[in-house]
Amino acid sequence: MSDNPGLLLATLATSLLVAPIIFLLPERAWLARTSLNLGAALLKLGLVALMVWGVARGDSYAFGFTVVEGVSFELRADPLGIMFAGLSSLLWLFTTLYAIGYLEGSDNRKRFFGFFSLCVASTLGIALAGNLFTFLLFYELLTLSTYPLVVHRGTPKALAAGATYLRYTVSGGVLLLIAVVALHVLAGEVSFGQREILAELGPEQHPWLIGIFVLLMLGLGVKAALVPLHGWLPQAMVAPAPVSALLHAVAVVKAGAFGIVRVVYDVYGIALSYELGLLTGLAIIASFTILYGSLRALAQVDIKRRLAFSTVSQVSYIMLGISLFGPMGTVAGLAHLLHQGLMKVTLFFCAGNYAEELGIHRIDELDGVGRRMPGTSLAFTFGALGMIGIPPLVGFLSKWYLGMGAIQAGMPWVIAVLVASSLLNAAYFLPILYRLWFKPGPLEGSGEWPHERRLGRLETSAWLLWPALGTAAFSLLAGIFAGLPLSPLSWASLIATQEYLP
Amino acid sequence: MPFLHADGLALLLMALTTLVVGASALHGARYLRESEAPRRRSGLLWPLLVLLWAALCSLFASGHLVVQYLALEVTALCAVALMLLPGSRASREAGRRYLLCTLSGSLLVLPAVVWLASRQADLSLAALAEVDVAPWWLALVTAGLLIKMAAFPLHGWLPPAHGAAWVSVSTVHAALVIKAAFFMAVSLWTTLAPEAASGAQLLGWLGAAAILWGSLLAWRQTELKSVVAYSTVAQVGYLLLLFPLLFGTDDEVATLAWQSTWLLVISHALAKAAMFMAVGSLVLAMGRGDLQGLSGVGQRLPLSLLVFGLAAVSLLGLPPSGGFTAKWMLLHAAILAHQWQWVLVVGIGTLLGAAYVFRVFRYCFIVPEDEQAMRVPPVSLDIIALLLALAAMGLGLAAAPVVALMGDAP
Repeated sequence: MSDNPGLLLATLATSLLVAPIIFLLPERAWLARTSLNLGAALLKLGLVALMVWGVARGDSYAFGFTVVEGVSFELRADPLGIMFAGLSSLLWLFTTLYAIGYLEGSDNRKRFFGFFSLCVASTLGIALAGNLFTFLLFYELLTLSTYPLVVHRGTPKALAAGATYLRYTVSGGVLLLIAVVALHVLAGEVSFGQREILAELGPEQHPWLIGIFVLLMLGLGVKAALVPLHGWLPQAMVAPAPVSALLHAVAVVKAGAFGIVRVVYDVYGIALSYELGLLTGLAIIASFTILYGSLRALAQVDIKRRLAFSTVSQVSYIMLGISLFGPMGTVAGLAHLLHQGLMKVTLFFCAGNYAEELGIHRIDELDGVGRRMPGTSLAFTFGALGMIGIPPLVGFLSKWYLGMGAIQAGMPWVIAVLVASSLLNAAYFLPILYRLWFKPGPLEGSGEWPHERRLGRLETSAWLLWPALGTAAFSLLAGIFAGLPLSPLSWASLIATQEYLP
Repeated sequence: MPFLHADGLALLLMALTTLVVGASALHGARYLRESEAPRRRSGLLWPLLVLLWAALCSLFASGHLVVQYLALEVTALCAVALMLLPGSRASREAGRRYLLCTLSGSLLVLPAVVWLASRQADLSLAALAEVDVAPWWLALVTAGLLIKMAAFPLHGWLPPAHGAAWVSVSTVHAALVIKAAFFMAVSLWTTLAPEAASGAQLLGWLGAAAILWGSLLAWRQTELKSVVAYSTVAQVGYLLLLFPLLFGTDDEVATLAWQSTWLLVISHALAKAAMFMAVGSLVLAMGRGDLQGLSGVGQRLPLSLLVFGLAAVSLLGLPPSGGFTAKWMLLHAAILAHQWQWVLVVGIGTLLGAAYVFRVFRYCFIVPEDEQAMRVPPVSLDIIALLLALAAMGLGLAAAPVVALMGDAP
C-alpha cells in the first residue's frame, strides 16, 4: 500500500525530527535553534506545496504497514488531508516567527520550541492519517505535546489550566479510543474514504453505528470545544500568545473539528450519516454552540477570553457546514476550516502584541491604541471584520456558503442562527474596533498605557508585527481571490465534488 | 525433553529477562558508585543478578511443574536477598516483610504441588493437561501466586520494598520477578483448568480492583518511588484481566487477550525498568525523594525527565507505545466478548493513570523559589534508561513480529 512514500515521510519528518534536535541544543544556542526552526518550517511548507501540486494533478501519496493483525498504520495525502496539512504548515511558519519574537529573553525556550515542533508534527500526522488508528495515534500525541506548552509559565494559574486541559482531553481520548476499537470490532479496519464498508452493514447494526458515532463525537468534541465540552478552552488562555494562536487556529481545536469532518465524510459517509439521522443532531449541537459561544464572548472583559469564546462559536461553523446535507454545506464547512484558522491566528497575534508592547489585557484598556499601533490594529480589524462576515474578507464566503447550504439541505432555521450569530459577532467585535480607532487614548492625553515597553523601532518588535500582518493579508487575499484554483474555497469545492459524486 | 520446552513466548520472555537484567547490571555498576554504596554490599549485586537471571530463564523455559516451582522459589529468595542489600533499617524491615509474604505464598503452593505429586507420577505440563484438579487445589495455588505477584489485596509488601531497595534492584523486581508468578499462574490455569470460567471472572474483578486501588494510591503518594511502586500494583491488575477473557470465551477473543497480555508484560517490563532508572537519577540529583523536590528539575535533568515521560506514556497506554497497542488489543477482546465491565475498568484506569503521572509532571513545571544545588548524575545512566524506554515505545508500532512469536492462545 505504499505509493510515493518518500515525500510523505519527509514532510512528517521535518517537524518530528526537529524536536529531538532542539532538545539536544543548549538553551543559549539561539541562532542555531532559530535557523533550525525556520528552516524546517520553510522546508515543510515547500514539501506540502509540492504535495498539493501533486494531488491536484492526481498523484497519490501513501505509506503503510501492519501493526498487528487487522490494524495498520497508514499515511495518505488526499485532498482533505492535504488541505489541513497546508494550513498547518503555513501557520506554523508564521507562528514560529511570532514565537521567536514573543519569547525573546524568557526562560525555557528550548523546552518550548521542542514541544512546539512536536505539536506541529502531531497536527501534520493528523492531517495525513489514512485511518482512524493512525489518526488516534497523532491525536493523543497532540494532547501530550500541548500540555507542556499550556503550563509553560509554571504559575499556579497555568498549572490549574493545564490540569483542566488534561482532564478534558484525556477523558475525550479514552472515549475516542473505545469508540474506534468498537468500530474495528464491528466492521474491521476502515481506511478513510472506504465509505462502502459501513454503508453495507445491515440495519440490525445501525443502533451500534449510532452509539459509536455518539462516542466518537464525544471524544472529538472535547478538542473541537463543542458545548458542553468546551470548558478547558477559555482556561487554557493563560498559555503564551503563540500557543493560544496555535491551539485555536490549527492544532488542538482544529484537530477535533478535522476529526469530526473525517468521521462524517470518510468513515460513515455523508449519505449514511444522513440516513441514520446523525446530521440533524450535529447541526443542533453546532448551532447551540455557535450561539452560546457568542453570548459568552459578549460578556468577557479580557481580550484573550473573548477571543477564546469566539473560537468556541466559530469552530462550530465547520460542524454546522458539514452537517448540512449537500455540496454547498460541505464547501462552507471545509473552507471555514481554513478561513477561521487564518483569521483567528491573526487576532491572537494582535492580542499578544497589545499585551507585550503596552501591557494591555482588558478590552477597556484598548482606547486609542489604533494610533499607537496602527499595523497591529489594522490586522486586528481585518480579522474581526472577517469574523463578522463582511465582504470581501474570507469570513463572508463561509457564511454565504453556509446560508446556501442551509437552503439546499432544507433547513432554513439555520439561516436564523447565522443571522443571530453574525449580529452577536458584530456586537462583541465592533466595540473593540470602536475603541481602537475612535476613542481618545493616552496619545490624546487621556489615561496612560498599563505597561509600555517599546520593543522595536516599529510600533513593536518586527518579529511580532510581520506575522500578524502576513496572516491578515492572507485572509484578505483568500477572500478576494477565492475564485482562483488552489484558493481555500476552490480546494473545498474540489473535495465536495469528490464527496458527492461517487 | 520433558523439562524444557522453548516456544516463542518462552524465548521472548527469556530475551526480555536477559535484556532487563543486563541493563540493570550495567546501570547498577555506575549507579552504586555514584550513590556511594559500600563496596562490600554492592559486590553482591552481580552474582545475585546472575542467579536471578538463571532462575527466571529456567522458569520460562520449563515444561515441568516441579522445575517451575523450584525456579520460582529461587527467584523469590534471590529477590529477597537483593532487597536486603542496601542494609538500611528500612530495607531490612521491607525485606523481612517481603520474605514473610513470599514464604506464606510458598506455603500455599508447596502442599498443593506435593499433593498432586502423590497422585500423579508425571508432573510435566504435557502430562498434566490430561488431569482435572479440584477447585480448592486451584484456589490454593492461585492464592499463593497472587501474593507473590502482589495482586490486590495482597500487595501490601510491594511498595515499602521498592521504596527501600536500590533502583537497580527495583527495576528487575517490578519488571520480572512479579511477572514470574503471573507466568506460572497462567501456565497452571491453561494446563489444569481450561474450563474454570467463573474463577477466571473472579480474578478479573481482583484485577479491576487492583487497577483502581493501585492507581488511586499512586495518586496519593508524596514520595516519587512510591508513585512508581503503586503504579506496579495497578499494572498487575491489567495482567489479571487476561483470565476472564482467556477462559470461557471463543478462540478469537482468547488469542487477542493472550497476545495483548504478553505484549503488556513486555512493554511494562521495559517501561517500568526505565522509569525506576529515571527515578534513581532524579532522586540522586535532588538529594531527596519527595515530589516537592522536583520543581525546577526539568532544566537541570531534562534527559531523566524525558525518560520518565516516555516510560509513563507506555505505562498509561498512550500511543505510540507498546502499552497502547496492548491496551487496544485488550479492549478489542473485551468488546468482542461483550464483557463491557473491563472496557469501563480500562477506561477509568487510564484516567487515573494520567492523574498520577501528570501529578508528577506538575511538580516539575513549578518554578523553584530558590536555586538549589543539584548534582547531575552521569549521562550514561540516562542513556541505558532511554534505550529501554525507546524500546517500550517502539514496541507499539513494531508489534507485529513480537505478537507473531507469541502465537495463539493455548
